[in-house]
This record gives sequence, C-alpha cells and structure tokens, in this order.
Amino acid sequence: MAQSSQSPTRSIFGSLVLIAVVIGGGAAAFAYTAGWLSPQRLTPEKMVAALAPPTGVALGYRRNHAKGICFTGVFEANGAGSAVSYAQVFIRGQYPVLGRFNLGTADPNAPDATVRVRGMGLQISTPEGQVWRSAMIDPPFFAVSTPQAFYELLLASASKDPDAMKTFAGAHPEIAAFGAWAKSAPWTGSYAEERFNSLNSFVFTDSSGAEKTVRWSLLPAAQSVPISQEDLAKRGPDFLEQEIAERVRGGPQRWTMVVSVANPGDPTADPSKSWPEDRRTVEVGTLTVQRIEPDRDGPCRDINFDPSVLPSGMRTSDDPFPVARSAAYARSYDLRTAEAKDYPRTATDAKP
Amino acid sequence: MIAGRQRFTPLQRLLHWLMAVCILAMLFIGVGMVSTVMPKYLTLVSIHKPLGIAILVLALIRLAVRLRYGTPPLPADLPEPMKLAAQLSHYALYVLMIGMPLLGWGMLSAAAYPVVLFGGVYLPAILPQSDSLHTLLWNAHFYFAFVFFALVLLHLAAALFHALVRRDGVFEAMAPMSTHDEIARAQ
Repeated sequence: MAQSSQSPTRSIFGSLVLIAVVIGGGAAAFAYTAGWLSPQRLTPEKMVAALAPPTGVALGYRRNHAKGICFTGVFEANGAGSAVSYAQVFIRGQYPVLGRFNLGTADPNAPDATVRVRGMGLQISTPEGQVWRSAMIDPPFFAVSTPQAFYELLLASASKDPDAMKTFAGAHPEIAAFGAWAKSAPWTGSYAEERFNSLNSFVFTDSSGAEKTVRWSLLPAAQSVPISQEDLAKRGPDFLEQEIAERVRGGPQRWTMVVSVANPGDPTADPSKSWPEDRRTVEVGTLTVQRIEPDRDGPCRDINFDPSVLPSGMRTSDDPFPVARSAAYARSYDLRTAEAKDYPRTATDAKP
Repeated sequence: MIAGRQRFTPLQRLLHWLMAVCILAMLFIGVGMVSTVMPKYLTLVSIHKPLGIAILVLALIRLAVRLRYGTPPLPADLPEPMKLAAQLSHYALYVLMIGMPLLGWGMLSAAAYPVVLFGGVYLPAILPQSDSLHTLLWNAHFYFAFVFFALVLLHLAAALFHALVRRDGVFEAMAPMSTHDEIARAQ
C-alpha cells in the first residue's frame, strides 16, 4: 500500500488533513444550502421584514393583512366543480368554512379608508380531514409579475429616495395597470359587496386525470354600492368590521364561487395578467357567511391561510406566487405565534 | 473481544447507510427550504415531511434491531474518553433520529397545518393547536437540526479517524463492504 512506504507521522498528518477537508467541506455545503453564503437570496425572513410598516411591526399580528375580522359559514358545492377537479370539496354537499375578511395592510390600526386592497382568507374543510385554504383579494389582477418584483416593490415603497417608485415602475411596467385600478376602481362600503379573486393560478385534476390550469373568484350576491373614499373615511376607521357584523346578524351573506379555466398559452405564471373574458367558467358552489367571529380570540387567529394548502385534486401551477406566499406566511405565522403574549387576545385587552 | 462479532449484522449496516443518506438529505433539505421563497420551497417541503416520517419508521426498526443484535465491542485499547464519547454520541443520534420527526409532526399539528405525505395520505394531528407549543416545538426542531448536523459531522470525523488513523476495525464494523484491511486481518 502507498501509505506503508511513507513515514507513519506523515501518513497520520495526511489523514488528519483529509478528515479536516471532508468535515470542512460538509460544513461549507451546509452553510451554502442554508443561504449563509448567499446574502442576495430572497429568503422568507427578508420578504416578511420588508412588509413591516414605517411605524414598526405590530407584534403578534399577521405580518400583512393584519387588520381583519373572522367568520364562519358553509360552502355548498353544486357538483359542477367535479368536471374540473376530483377534490371532495366539489362533490355536491355542504362543507364547513372558516374565513377572514381583511385589509391589505401590515398595520392592524390602519383606518379602513386608507387601505385600497381588501381580502378574504378562506378554509373549506371536507370530511376526510382535507382542507382547501385560499387567500384572495379584490383587485382583478396582481400588482407585479414575480415574488422578486413584489419584494422590490416593498423596498421601493418604503424607500426615502423620491425616485424609487419611478425607477421601480420603469423596471416593472405591469405596475401601471394596478396603479390605474387603484386610482379608478370604485370603493365600496362593505366586505359583502366585494368580489374576491385568487389571482394566482392552480392546477386542477379531474377524475380522468386530465389537468387544467384555473383561477377562481367569489362573486358577491350583494349589490355593490360605490362610495367615495372621503365618505368611507367619514364612517369611521373600523367601519367595515362593524358593518359586516351588523349585516351578517341581519342575514347570511353569499358569494358564488366561479372557476375560470385557462386556454393553452394563457399567462398562467403571471398573476398581473388577466385571462381573456371568454374563457370557460364553471360555477362550483356558494359560500355563505353565517356568523362573524372576533378576530382577536376567534377561530381564525391560529390559522395560516397558506394558499399552498390544497386538497387532493388541486396543486400549485407554474405561478411562483403561491409557493412564495406559503414560505412568507409560514415565517409570519412562526413570528406571530411566538409573540402571542404581545397580542391582545380578548376584547378587554384591546387597544381603545 | 475475540469471542464477539467483529461487524454489525448486514441488516444493521443496510439500515445505517440507508439512514445516513436519508438524514443527510433531510438536514440539507430542511436548511435549504427555509432559506428560499422560490418554487423549490414547496418541492422541498413536500419531500421533507414524508422523508421525516420514513426516518422515524426506519429509526424505530433500527432501534429494535440494535436491541436484538447489539453492537460489536469497541477495541479494548480505545481510550475511555473516546469510548464514552462514542456511546454518548450514539445515544444522542438515536434520540434525534426518533425525536426530530416527532418534533416536526408535533409542530405542524400545533400550528393546525395538515400533515400530508405522498399521494394525499394525511397523518392525524398529534397535538392540539397551541401557539406556545408551536413556538416551543418549532424552536426545538430548528436548533436541534443544527445539533444533529454537528453530531453527524462529528460522527463522520470519528469514523474517518478510526478508518485512517487508528485503523482499529471500528469503521470496518459498519463499512458497507469488507475492506482490504479487514480481509488482511482475517487472514
């Protein structure tokens, strides 16, 4: 053997060096995988940190869509959805729902009329323990094309550089359409009058194994009544929560769930681009909101409306957002559950 | 020592090397998935969960096999501190192989996440939803992962030390195949 011709000391020294190289290499590979050697990597930590409002993080709250109110209800599937997905939730029947109306802000104390984007988190449970979670918003398309662009948008909006937004818009022209929507779309005075859209695409599999890329929306049964931003502001900072609680006390509120199916070639990976109006749509059922629940110590508090939590028969598509949202939402959830002591859990603890 | 078996049984060696691959993959997948928001995040998470359960099952089988067949004795001339380190690190590795998947499963349960394996197979929650439990288990799962990786490196360093420096047959006892040294010794 080669070693036998060397001096034993030299052979031992060589072996120790080899061991050090193997262990050092292993540790370095681990550090690289963890991202410690790649400061430019977009981590969930960075994404969530960039969401922090200028006033600072609201400890214990969701890191975005921090302001909201919880509800329970039922999803009644009409059976038509089985044409696009074998998911149990589309088999005719009633399935319990947990959801949350919310505002697209990281500030839980933001006045309602200062927040342009409204959302709905939704969880539909089926008897065999599967759940379908979704977090939808009311714009017809998303502001940007990629999670990286969304991160840059957050940095640009928080930047002190007066040209930051202009520079951003130059690099991401898709933001212009969203800006136009934000400026011109009518405001409403109620969550019940909002249409909520998945915006992200997902892949549905039917019982024959055929796959279709889809998006979905919840269309309100209530008539939308436009209201000016000024008039909404006059109604009070927390008007929307009060209004929906009162409205649901008066009677359940309903939305029709509509699934749109993409044609080949439609921009399934880019939620900033709508699909043409003539795409096949399937009305799959009705969401009924039966009861408004408190946000602070209600059943939504402990739920992460992670859009990658899907039942069998649905999966994520080439749209990069649901995965990025899943990673960031998990980070937000880990943070806020660790801050539970800072979270006003009961109405009596709440800030005035 | 002469009376004892010199090597682990073939089943023990198979379990060891199979689990070595699984655990290394698991640790890299874990540390990699939490560092990214890219599409691979979900792919990695969806491997991490079933692989963790596979490691739990393999570790329990391995523990049973270990209790049944025992281990070959360590060399008589191995210094006592090294013997102690070997024994303690093996206990720690067993605790982690069984404990880490349970921590992960418990952590997901305490966060009310569905625990999905391949093909839409769901595991039941083993804990009720709880912020404080989730935080405790999350921290344990996170920090013990680094302890686990450090132990794996230590274990690897010790194995190489036995193989290359001491050449005392300890490495050969777990080597997947017979080595030249061992054949020579046997002769």
